[in-house]
Amino acid sequence: MADHTIDHNTLPPNPEKATLEGRNKFMGFWFFLGGETVLFASLFGTYLGLRGGTVDGPGPSELFHLPFVFLMTMILLTSSLTSVFAIISMKRGNYKGLLAWMTVTVLLGVAFLGLEIYEFVEYVDHGLGFTTSAFGSAFYTLVGTHGAHVAFGIAWITTLIIRYRKSGLTLTNAPKFYTAVLYWHFIDVVWVFIFSIVYLMGIGG
Amino acid sequence: MSYAKAQSKSTLWDWLTTVDHKKIGIMYLVAGAFFFALGGLEAILMRIQLMFPEFTFLPAQTFNELLTMHGTTMIFLAAMPLLFGLMNYIIPLQIGARDVAFPFLNSLGFWLFLFGGILLNISWFVGGAPDAGWTAYVPLSSESPGTGIDYYVLGLQVSGAGTLIGGINFLVTIINMRAPGMSMMRMPLFTWSSFVASILILFAFPALTIGLLLLMLERVFDATYFNVGMGGNVIIWQHLFWIFGHPEVYILILPAFGIFSEVIPTFAKKRLFGYSAMVFATLIIGFLGFMVWAHHMFTVGMGPVANSIFAVATMAIAVPTGIKIFNWLLTLWGGRIRFTTANLFALAFIPSFVMGGVTGVMLATSAANYQFHDTYFVVAHFHYVIIGGVVLGLFAGAYYWWPRIFGYKLDEKLGKIFFWLFLIGFHLTFFVQHFLGLIGMPRRVASYLDGQGLNAMNLISTIGAFLMAVAFIIFVVSIFTSRNNKVTEEDPWGDGRTLEWTIPTPTPEYNFAQTPLVRDVDALWYEKYEGDGKMKAAEPLGDIHMPNGSILPIVISLGLFIASFGFIYHHAGFTWLAVVGLAITFGAMFVRSIKEDHGYHIPVDEITNNKGGE
Ligand code: HEM
Ligand SMILES: [Cu+2]
Repeated sequence: MADHTIDHNTLPPNPEKATLEGRNKFMGFWFFLGGETVLFASLFGTYLGLRGGTVDGPGPSELFHLPFVFLMTMILLTSSLTSVFAIISMKRGNYKGLLAWMTVTVLLGVAFLGLEIYEFVEYVDHGLGFTTSAFGSAFYTLVGTHGAHVAFGIAWITTLIIRYRKSGLTLTNAPKFYTAVLYWHFIDVVWVFIFSIVYLMGIGG
Repeated sequence: MSYAKAQSKSTLWDWLTTVDHKKIGIMYLVAGAFFFALGGLEAILMRIQLMFPEFTFLPAQTFNELLTMHGTTMIFLAAMPLLFGLMNYIIPLQIGARDVAFPFLNSLGFWLFLFGGILLNISWFVGGAPDAGWTAYVPLSSESPGTGIDYYVLGLQVSGAGTLIGGINFLVTIINMRAPGMSMMRMPLFTWSSFVASILILFAFPALTIGLLLLMLERVFDATYFNVGMGGNVIIWQHLFWIFGHPEVYILILPAFGIFSEVIPTFAKKRLFGYSAMVFATLIIGFLGFMVWAHHMFTVGMGPVANSIFAVATMAIAVPTGIKIFNWLLTLWGGRIRFTTANLFALAFIPSFVMGGVTGVMLATSAANYQFHDTYFVVAHFHYVIIGGVVLGLFAGAYYWWPRIFGYKLDEKLGKIFFWLFLIGFHLTFFVQHFLGLIGMPRRVASYLDGQGLNAMNLISTIGAFLMAVAFIIFVVSIFTSRNNKVTEEDPWGDGRTLEWTIPTPTPEYNFAQTPLVRDVDALWYEKYEGDGKMKAAEPLGDIHMPNGSILPIVISLGLFIASFGFIYHHAGFTWLAVVGLAITFGAMFVRSIKEDHGYHIPVDEITNNKGGE
């Protein structure tokens, strides 16, 4: 029953929540994000406890280069915006638009990840390895866990785009795109906290 | 029959691929019972070693491993899965649903738990089990040689993921799948308390996930969070562990509270006294459960202000708990009480658990805690709440729901022998431990010296442990000898109040031929006394949609199982195993995500046939 392609005239106003499965998925995903919040909160707490533990290695203010991180931040924030455009397209029944904006989102995500890898390589060159100090371990764990989430999001959305490139919008795939975008926003919000707590506080004291 | 599809394959395949919440519930119960027996055996070995002073039954290292594995097994692999088994089987029935919200994830949760449990126990055979206590404090754990702790970390990580998935599944099931008319404030108390426990799981387990991740990275990849010489800090582990660990004890006790709230009214032939007070007390306990973790850390030097705050917050939990105790007592008051085995366990719970609560408040007195901490007094406290609360709850629930789940009643005569032996054994074992602690016997020691006044009480304690073991064996025997007490009626206790007692026995795979219409709390009770004793239907008879089984949950779990060995033996050059394992897991997840599966329908005439034959 669930797999009819929706044409514009019969499209329910919120296809992602039109079926019980869709509503379950939607709600379950919100709960999952609640758990993820605790997960990151634990990492932030650990980082805050250890960021002074630089021993002989370099500390935050010697490493962080704010303009560069600001660029990363802007790229990720923009990707959140493009994912919103994707959902707007979905609600208008514009499936092509949905796919196109999701693709842009993925590309921005890849750019962000590329910059992050570059950033880590730089830091290692400047003497901060994963095992250099407690600060190093905590920093790479927190920021790296976020990066792993970005990578997972990229893989997930790419899978959706390829899998459903020809199917049109259905009551089955609408919740999938919707939850993927929810996840993407979540990653973005976490990054805003990383930007403030790790980088801004790292430089400002 | 209705599962024409499944029957073409073997029964084994059917169980391995099932997404039916009832079968998953039974698998949780079986696996949990197995681990319960294993944990019990570990405890008996420890008690033998402590039977006499300076006894040499076990080497100290083995004792430490038994101690760690006993605690870890009982909490993660016995108590939680047994509760999950009951929750899985009963919650959908109590809310009038045909299945859970995420049948596939439900099965995944089970297999993750099982593979995690197996992983943990493999450590015994390959160089020694973990030996740093179930709390795995660093640096003891981070510096512990061998691979025991690595098995602890990865075993709990895998099974913890399963628990988290299970928790989310229960939450969404309870919110979205309730039958028409069942508002939140008409839900049975077992469903309510499982709901709150699931919230606790959701917000507590991620802290453990991170703690375990850090410990793994520290041990396997040489991170330095806990290495003070490298700028690290050992207290962070304690915080992470107890931010998880204290809610965890409420994750265990709340569903048990729910069981008592079902059993006591049924066998007092009354409705539960103070339903809404019970609900709010449960919510408050859940909330406060997150505010008190540092009462496990009074002696690490947090300072008098922090200690006082956490002491007061901890004592506050006694208030909602007391409300619940009084509600149970008032439910019994004036009731027509039947002393079935299930009810005996519930009645014994009340005084036993109160004693555990009282010692809890004593421990929460932060100044006095310096005297109690890390002594047998703590051991006595948590066994009074966990055995006197959770385990008695599990046995009450088992006797109560056994006919619903397995289609026969457990023998009452053996049940009563089991009950009395177990109860006496329990108090014999742990009552004296209060005094052992007060006169200074530290916990987690492999032996003690003669002539310190510890001998007699330790001997008594061991005798009690043997009584509990004998009692449990009687229970297991009665499972097999009671098989002929077949039950065919819908409501075998006669005074059932809730929806699980409105459907045929054995439970049909679709649970409800027609979704029931709920008109009050205690839906069935209401129909018995205000209606014609039968549930009204909320929908006409029709085809019923069912989800398909899948083997993927096992594949996903197996992948993580294999990957874990890659991490454990990273230093030995097996990192590639981690890659292989993760590839299997993500590959299976990928297959799941691109393959749409819309389930199948049970045709209406099959359902009417079944109804006719009831
Ligand atoms: C009135 C309620 C309770 C209070 C005030 C309370 C208080 C405490 C305190 C202060 C401690 C720390 C003792 C120490 O290590 O010095 C403790 C330990 C413990 N409590 Fe409770 N508790 C309560 C209920 C429970 C319940 C319901 C459970 C489980 C179902 C539980 C399980 C435990 C466990 C397992 C430990 C020991 C953990 C360990 O160190 O291995 N408690 N409790
Ligand atoms: Cu606690």
